[in-house]
Amino acid sequence: MSANKNFLQGGQHWVWLNAGAISISIIMVVGLLLLIAVRGLSHFWPAEVNTFTVSQDGSNQLVMGEIHNHEEDIQNGVEREQYLIKTGNRDQYGIDFRWLDLKDIQETKVDENVIVLERHEWGNLYGFIKSVTMDGKSVEPTADNLEAIIERANDLHHQIREIESDDIGSINYDIEELRLEQRRLELDDELTDEALAELDSQRADLNQQFLDYQADLQKLYAAIKRDSAEFELVGGQTKSVNAQMMVRSFQPNAMGFFAKIGHYFSKIGEFIFDEPREANTEGGVFPAIFGTVLMVLLMSIVVTPMGVIAAVYMREYAKQGPLTRTIRIAVNNLAGVPSIVYGVFGLGFFVYFMGGTIDDLFYPEVKPSPMFGTPGLIWASLTLALLTLPVVIVSTEEGLARIPSAIREGSLALGATKFETLWKTVLPMASPAMMTGLILAVARAAGEVAPLMLVGVVKLAPTLPLDGNAPFLHLERKFMHLGFHIYDVGFQSPNVEAARPLVYATALLLVLIIILLNIAAIKIRNNLREKYKSLEQ
Amino acid sequence: MVNKMTEVTKTTAKQNNPLANEKIAIEVEKLNLFYGDKQALYDIDLQIPEKKVTAFIGPSGCGKSTLLRCFNRMNDLVDIAKINGEIRMGGENIYKPGLDVAELRRNVGMVFQKPNPFPKSIYENVAYGLRLQGINKKRTLDEVVEWALKGAALWDEVKDRLHDNALGMSGGQQQRLCIARAIAVQPEVLLLDEPASALDPISTLKIEELIHDLKKDYTIVIVTHNMQQAARVSDYTAFMYIGDLVEFDNTDKIFTNPTQKKTEDYITGRYG
Repeated sequence: MSANKNFLQGGQHWVWLNAGAISISIIMVVGLLLLIAVRGLSHFWPAEVNTFTVSQDGSNQLVMGEIHNHEEDIQNGVEREQYLIKTGNRDQYGIDFRWLDLKDIQETKVDENVIVLERHEWGNLYGFIKSVTMDGKSVEPTADNLEAIIERANDLHHQIREIESDDIGSINYDIEELRLEQRRLELDDELTDEALAELDSQRADLNQQFLDYQADLQKLYAAIKRDSAEFELVGGQTKSVNAQMMVRSFQPNAMGFFAKIGHYFSKIGEFIFDEPREANTEGGVFPAIFGTVLMVLLMSIVVTPMGVIAAVYMREYAKQGPLTRTIRIAVNNLAGVPSIVYGVFGLGFFVYFMGGTIDDLFYPEVKPSPMFGTPGLIWASLTLALLTLPVVIVSTEEGLARIPSAIREGSLALGATKFETLWKTVLPMASPAMMTGLILAVARAAGEVAPLMLVGVVKLAPTLPLDGNAPFLHLERKFMHLGFHIYDVGFQSPNVEAARPLVYATALLLVLIIILLNIAAIKIRNNLREKYKSLEQ
Repeated sequence: MVNKMTEVTKTTAKQNNPLANEKIAIEVEKLNLFYGDKQALYDIDLQIPEKKVTAFIGPSGCGKSTLLRCFNRMNDLVDIAKINGEIRMGGENIYKPGLDVAELRRNVGMVFQKPNPFPKSIYENVAYGLRLQGINKKRTLDEVVEWALKGAALWDEVKDRLHDNALGMSGGQQQRLCIARAIAVQPEVLLLDEPASALDPISTLKIEELIHDLKKDYTIVIVTHNMQQAARVSDYTAFMYIGDLVEFDNTDKIFTNPTQKKTEDYITGRYG
């Protein structure tokens, strides 16, 4: 009784309530991260490929694939268990997945010789090697020989891509520049015969280069097609695959633990550093990572000075009256405006109005197709900068307010003007607060998707916004973004079941990137804090 | 009643002017200061002698810090503060329109109640005022920093760690650093606003010795709560009470034989 009374009187129950709330929050966050991590990371582990003997409608049938999912439900009062099997071979069966009723499965076998072949099209192939053709000659049908032709093919594939996207891409870029140059001269009425001749000779030059590359490509294409392999599928059909289509092969059932680990990390490497294949459901997400990080950096470069200048004016120079108060409230409320509204504003103001005006004034030659007057990286960055501006303003203002007035007076008493005091003393001391604002801004911007869909993000961007063609950083280009990638892969993909693990993996990557960006900013802030330890104890 | 009292003070002050033999650095004439509707200083007439220590004493809220802050126009920072009357330095009214306040503050250094070094190195704290004047030559800075730190009796303690953060020093050292920072720009007047009130007795003693040394070169005005301190360091003392300058005289005279009853009451500890 008295113990109970003490418990209540001492306020212990409130302490327990708070502790409970904190614990639940932490458990939820950790649980969320664990779910994403487990689902996302397990995708890259080479799963065992089983061969099931299924009896259906009185006849026996063989089904081969990875167990992807397991489900129990009750149908017509009968409890049943089902497996979702990833059978691959989409070109053969039309679908990647099929459900198997557990009671129909007569026998489950694990065959060591099963080979999994990842392809550039049609997803995985599961089967057995029947023959391997190298340089037109048939060689022994072993996994090593298959490996060898895939390696050759990948090497060639790499070279082809290099020529196609780097060399020919840059020629295309130059030809387009020439076309614009000619149009520009035409508009300015300066298209003399010499100028035209000059342009034509340059164009002929580029065309010649293009033809040379084309010839190289022809050779490479011929070379990549010289190898092929034949596979026997589980039902007895034979499938021939050209080496050109192969990405990698492995025998999951024969792999040891360490081989599996090696495979696992090489898959993760592919996921992070490669470009997507097959409507984003296979391959990597590198362009999306690149786009996300670049956009966040550009946004930071825009939002920090703007927010800091606005906050300095409001806190240090503006007369503190009803007007300033109203503006401050308005700024705070801006943070609560739904982000899609910023997207609409960005589309209307930045893309159509500003971009259109820039096109009219500086790039009249690009008409009718717009250059800046269409969604692009710069507009996405500006829209997000606008979206995160309130956060930076508010935290900078708070930082400025926290600088003890004794420090300002000390500086003024030495003959510093107000501006000198701000520049030399107050702003450096407030810089940790600015960094806090930037951290919050980055956290919000990196995860934002809705406005980006309107102002520059696309499902698949043909080129990165940063490349070897002057001026190197192409702000007007469209770009890919991890957040949008998640949406696209998860909901817009033709093969949702296959893409689901990728959704988790991409989400995990997005979270990791935001954490990384934040850790970097927090490190900088802590350094600044240490440097400008203020007088407050 | 209060006004009458002031009149009496003025007549006494005029009759036997204690500053008859001194050069005058600052002249205050009919200075009134208002914070909004509230008047904080009433018709102050005062002369501060050159290269002497003048102390302002009085109970809390009597306006002694406010008056001190008029000398380098620190009250400008308070939006609602309004001033009329004149303060002349070198014959020029420092409140005349168009006067360069930054220039004025360079000539009138100030040290505050709580040590307020900048979160920079010791060296940069002292060099701050010089850098503001565009002096960035390392040799000049080195010389002035050493000279100022020696002037503030701090050199021996910090000469090996000039580039450490100033916030790592003790309170007394920080306050002497603030004095060094103020004298580095070579002002004519040094205003000390209760410079030792946040310090321990030993640091206080050091500051007082320093004030004694500094008066050779600077006109010093010090506000203090501590009457013993005023008696120890100052040559002249002004006693203020609720915005009035009650009495101004030689320190010895104020503490041994004050003219005004209020002064006597305060000195003997009857209120305050």
